[in-house]
Amino acid sequence: MKKFTSCSDLAKYRTEQKLAVSEVRVGLDTGGLAAGAGEILGIIKEGVAEADLPVVVRRTGSLGLAYADPVVVVKQEGGPELMYGEVDSGVAQRIVSDHLGKGELIQDHVIATRNRATEFDDRPTTAILIKDTGVNGGDRSKFFQASFEQEVEISTLDPKVPILRALDMGIYDEGLCVQLLPSGVTYSNVLSPDIRRIISESLQNGRVIDELLVKDPDPQVRIVLRRCGQVDPENLGDVLAHGGYAALESVLSGMSPDDVIEEMKTAGLRGRGGAGFPTWRKWKLTREVEADQRYVICNADEGDPGAFMDRSVLEGDPHAVLEGLILAAYSIGASKGYFYIRAEYPLAVARIRRAIQEARVAGLLGDNILGSGFSFDAKVRLGAGAFVCGEETALIASIEGKRGSPSPRPPYPSVRGLWGKPTSINNVETLAAVSPIIENGGEWYAGYGTEQSRGTKVFAVTGKVKNAQLVEIPMGVSIRTIVYDICGGVLDDEDIKAVQTGGPSGGVIPEKHLDTEISYESLSELGSIMGSGGMLVMDEYDSMVDVARFYLKFSVEESCGKCAPCRVGGYQMQQLLDKIFRGRGKVEDLGSLRKICRAMQTASLCGLGQTAPNPVLSTLRYFEDEYQAFIEGGSAYARKMRKQLAEAGEQAG
Amino acid sequence: MTTASLQYPITDPETATIEVSKYVDKWRDQEGNLIMILHDIQDEYGYVPREISMELARDLEVSLARIYEVITFYNYFKLVPPGKHNVTVCTGTACYLKGSANVLSEMETQLGIREGETTEDREFRLETVRCIGCCGMSPALTADGKTHGRVRSSDVTEILAGLKKEGNGK
Repeated sequence: MKKFTSCSDLAKYRTEQKLAVSEVRVGLDTGGLAAGAGEILGIIKEGVAEADLPVVVRRTGSLGLAYADPVVVVKQEGGPELMYGEVDSGVAQRIVSDHLGKGELIQDHVIATRNRATEFDDRPTTAILIKDTGVNGGDRSKFFQASFEQEVEISTLDPKVPILRALDMGIYDEGLCVQLLPSGVTYSNVLSPDIRRIISESLQNGRVIDELLVKDPDPQVRIVLRRCGQVDPENLGDVLAHGGYAALESVLSGMSPDDVIEEMKTAGLRGRGGAGFPTWRKWKLTREVEADQRYVICNADEGDPGAFMDRSVLEGDPHAVLEGLILAAYSIGASKGYFYIRAEYPLAVARIRRAIQEARVAGLLGDNILGSGFSFDAKVRLGAGAFVCGEETALIASIEGKRGSPSPRPPYPSVRGLWGKPTSINNVETLAAVSPIIENGGEWYAGYGTEQSRGTKVFAVTGKVKNAQLVEIPMGVSIRTIVYDICGGVLDDEDIKAVQTGGPSGGVIPEKHLDTEISYESLSELGSIMGSGGMLVMDEYDSMVDVARFYLKFSVEESCGKCAPCRVGGYQMQQLLDKIFRGRGKVEDLGSLRKICRAMQTASLCGLGQTAPNPVLSTLRYFEDEYQAFIEGGSAYARKMRKQLAEAGEQAG
Repeated sequence: MTTASLQYPITDPETATIEVSKYVDKWRDQEGNLIMILHDIQDEYGYVPREISMELARDLEVSLARIYEVITFYNYFKLVPPGKHNVTVCTGTACYLKGSANVLSEMETQLGIREGETTEDREFRLETVRCIGCCGMSPALTADGKTHGRVRSSDVTEILAGLKKEGNGK
């Protein structure tokens, strides 16, 4: 990579880049690699080289479809982008020989696009994806496939269009779904007699059948994740070709720091680590403090168990986060910055390090960036497995090489932060949202979401859900939409009991509140928090007493022990919960639990202690009957429940 | 966990005379370098040997207590050497809901040790981790760096046998 010395230099390079017309992308993030994506990439590369095909084979980050790892995307000239999921070595070989070689798609592995069309373009339909998404009576996809093939056979269609069973349609509980490729026109609730109509009207005459058409667009909007799964995270040239550093370019060629802060104010972006403090205000406060040195820090210490949003962004588009950090530094007048990343995420660490290295070589980091006179450099500091280090003051202590003990605020880090200097600490997702805001304007971003909570939020939906994955939705979408319409509902179609958000600092949201529109305010009214974006689905078999114990145990283990309310209160609550879980609890124990919770909330020093009671309080609020059952049922009931839990866990696994 | 680890006697002759400057020099001029130095040491040995900590205290001119204060605060730093084979069970929430507790207890039973411990012959070390980010294939565990997804407790015997076999093959 050459060194860019001015904004126009960078712009020129960008316009010269051509994106590959035909390419295969393999999602190499931690999840994908664990599922064998590294081997898949090797097989496809080798196969393409051997057959001498005019196709570029690249690595990318995760598309977010964790349930379908490893995921391979195939783009061919003139054709649609096709996603293959659950790719094993056999499928990888067939992608090369059948799809790339002969243009034949592969049965049972295609994931339908969610960018559904509502009308045909001028391209004729070349393949049909089908899937039975009905929940009653098992999967009849094969039956429908056979009748579809029969109808195609007796029709006058020429050439005959292949019918393929899809791995996933992105539509659930809507009967037989059919997607026509390459247009992306999608039909749902298709019955046997409709098949003939689809062939005669849509395939032969290019007309859309209105009453079958899926008109609702996918609720997801990809802003933070826009380049994840698109670009090669370890190749700056590719990132630039996909629009990377365009925001930096426009800021340095004519926006003042105040302009940037003003734009962020219009956008209304709030901290995505969970607390929701307005980002512009944090920057402004830090900027206003007189100092010879200021710092920016990217908080990438994603310690929530069951959350992998930040990891996916760091692994999928590290340059977006770095660009956000540079823009933050420019706005507040910082010349030094740090990435504080968990050591448990070795791939994220490696990719950020590489991104920094590449950006330095290209003159996007270092002295006199793009000839603007603005200088900034960033370094990586590793976390070492302490949840409390996600808290600002503890994080600062950790970067300073000390134990990660929090300190009382104020003074806030914006006044006295790292090495006593004004410091702005922003979460990964917050920083990744900065460059799209600058590129498209604050008003564009504020157009998404609700009045108080603007923009989009990434959630990692896991637990007892059919398709565990990353979703990015505008604020205001309901939890039910996420769980049922995007992720396919509960595993084995069991009844949903609750959804947990915010990890150990959050709470459970029971089924009756699932239609709540997501925003910082609505979730905290329900006794949970937005948190960093973990969303755990729990079914009828999950005991809420056990869930409370699980999260509390986590917080107790992670408590740094500096202040008594957290250290003592957490331990005492754990004793009480264990007692109840063993069937030895008394009715008055619930009162004691509530009392300790309140004491911890008011008297703890930092966020960890203040929020640690949330899982207990929210389960008590919505599921007190489960606590009562343990108390009334005594040890016989407790034994039965524990046995049930163990069996349910084994089955779900 | 840390208290149990501290009881573990460690005097490994191999690490008795180590030059720490090769770890320190890279970070010498940087403020707050202790954690990064410890990371480099652990990357090499799989744990932070006591002898090295002592040497490090001399080199950095800080007290040994200051170094141990940091090591024992952070879960990631280990004071006991890793086993020949290392098994890490994920106890993130997604894995927990899907039965990682069963898998962990089966591991503990079969290996005869608790999480955070190493077998006496130093063949196996069993640990838990908060989340390895493989929530899509939970419950998950890593065995000698290889990730296994959708593990049931009935798979434990096979996974351990696989490790032993690999070990003997070398």
